[in-house]
Amino acid sequence: MALSVIQIILIFIISCISGMGSVLDSFQTHRPLIACTLIGLVLGDLKTGVILGGTLELIALGWMNIGAAQSPDSALASIISTILVIVGHQSIAAGIAIALPVAAAGQVLTVFARTITVAFQHAADKYAEDVNFRAIDICHVAALAIQALRVAIPALLISIFVNPAGVIALLALIPTSVTTGLTVASGFIVVVGYAMVLNMMGVKYLMPFFYVGFVIAGFTTFNLVAFGIIGAVIAIVYIQLNPKFYTSKFGRESNAMATSSGPNTELDDELDD
Amino acid sequence: MIKENNNEKQISKKLTKGDRVNMFIRSNLQQASYNYERIHALGFCFDMIPAIKRLYTTKEERRAALKRHLVFFNVTPALTGPILGITAAMEETKANGAAIEGSSINSLKVGLMGPLAGVGDPIMWGTLRPITAALGASIALTGNVMGAILFFVSFNAVRLALLWFGLEYGYEKGLDVVKDLAGNALQKLTEGASILGLFVMGALVSKWTTINVPLIVSKTPGPNGKVVITTVQNILDQLLPGILALGLTLLMCKLLKKKISPIVLIFMLFAVGIIGSMLGILK
Repeated sequence: MALSVIQIILIFIISCISGMGSVLDSFQTHRPLIACTLIGLVLGDLKTGVILGGTLELIALGWMNIGAAQSPDSALASIISTILVIVGHQSIAAGIAIALPVAAAGQVLTVFARTITVAFQHAADKYAEDVNFRAIDICHVAALAIQALRVAIPALLISIFVNPAGVIALLALIPTSVTTGLTVASGFIVVVGYAMVLNMMGVKYLMPFFYVGFVIAGFTTFNLVAFGIIGAVIAIVYIQLNPKFYTSKFGRESNAMATSSGPNTELDDELDD
Repeated sequence: MIKENNNEKQISKKLTKGDRVNMFIRSNLQQASYNYERIHALGFCFDMIPAIKRLYTTKEERRAALKRHLVFFNVTPALTGPILGITAAMEETKANGAAIEGSSINSLKVGLMGPLAGVGDPIMWGTLRPITAALGASIALTGNVMGAILFFVSFNAVRLALLWFGLEYGYEKGLDVVKDLAGNALQKLTEGASILGLFVMGALVSKWTTINVPLIVSKTPGPNGKVVITTVQNILDQLLPGILALGLTLLMCKLLKKKISPIVLIFMLFAVGIIGSMLGILK
């Protein structure tokens, strides 16, 4: 199936939304779970989109932008891989094989986009001098278009030229030993994402909690909701009992009372999260 | 401080709820003009525009305010709220005649950036997103679209709540927030979120990583005549399920700390998978 004009237009729009999401990092429309699902919906194969989205989401679990450090790009990777997998009737494993090189390319593109956005910043400086509110608003929002297009243009080109025979021929060039290897690797590529999260949060004295989670998961069939609740309970108890959080102004006993009510209310909020 | 001002002068300038809602909506686009020179500088100015329009009338005041908020700014986007709120409260006080230097507004912003990003990154990227995304993904793997919807709705509900209530909290308490932060509330929150995140991450390492080493260690005839095959993986699973995944994760942590980029590590693992499966070590 080659794509219809309407499908190509919808892919363009979704790619724009996904590209904007990748820089905003607010709505999460750049995450595989959302982007792959939307593309699957447009291409009439929601199920494949959702499954590929779930698979890539787990691989990308720890991909995050901290400060000015740039992670691999999930927006372009999700969109291109979903189009190729659905149009070319490829396996989820082939989708992963396509997605990862594209994520590397997307990373380069977004770094480039974030560099040229400096020009918009400078334009806004000038408009501030003239007290032109409207123009400052436009500078800010227009910068979003660069990020939208850096995903939408490659996606548009792919969706115009893609055809099943081409995708199959292209992927047939990859030897089977490589595709099997990629399928095997996709089982443990997730660890890179886990490591990124661990490095951000893993203060040494809190690492025991990581190992407890690991061991409990190895010997039980608890699902993630259970782990979330147990983790929250452990966190609350730890903070309640931690002498570090006793304020020193008062006597020891009145402190114990104050802390027993204090942290509760705060951490309830966290439980809701 | 703000209320006193209101009592003294009837004509005092005050942000309306509409202004704050406008700022809240704008703050969803915080990173639209993310750039390597000043990160969110333009974004912060964009968020502040409704306040600047309301509070200042002369061109000189407006120009000064705009320039004041076009300086370097960076925080976890979901935690922009409280800083915006406090800044708006200070601008309001200043607009009503209090002797607040523009530079002190900026140094307050800078002072809040670090602690709030320090609590925001572990909460948003280390806890909330991995948990909601892993939950959504586990449902999505069965082909159920609810996984995607659940992730989108739950993540954004928390994020929007943080933005709006953060802004209102910052605006209402103004400088008192600094007093709140001086206690150990933020540290408690950071540690609590980190514990939850680390615990769940431990579970993910064990449950959602697949490594299989099918090398055969022994073949012994079982009691019913069938041959019992023991592989390296069988032995490892008896020892501690997921032990290889744990080792690999810790190795990646080390390599990342040596400034090797994640994408390089991903391709390295690709190579490991291809070579391993060719040699029959991995399956």
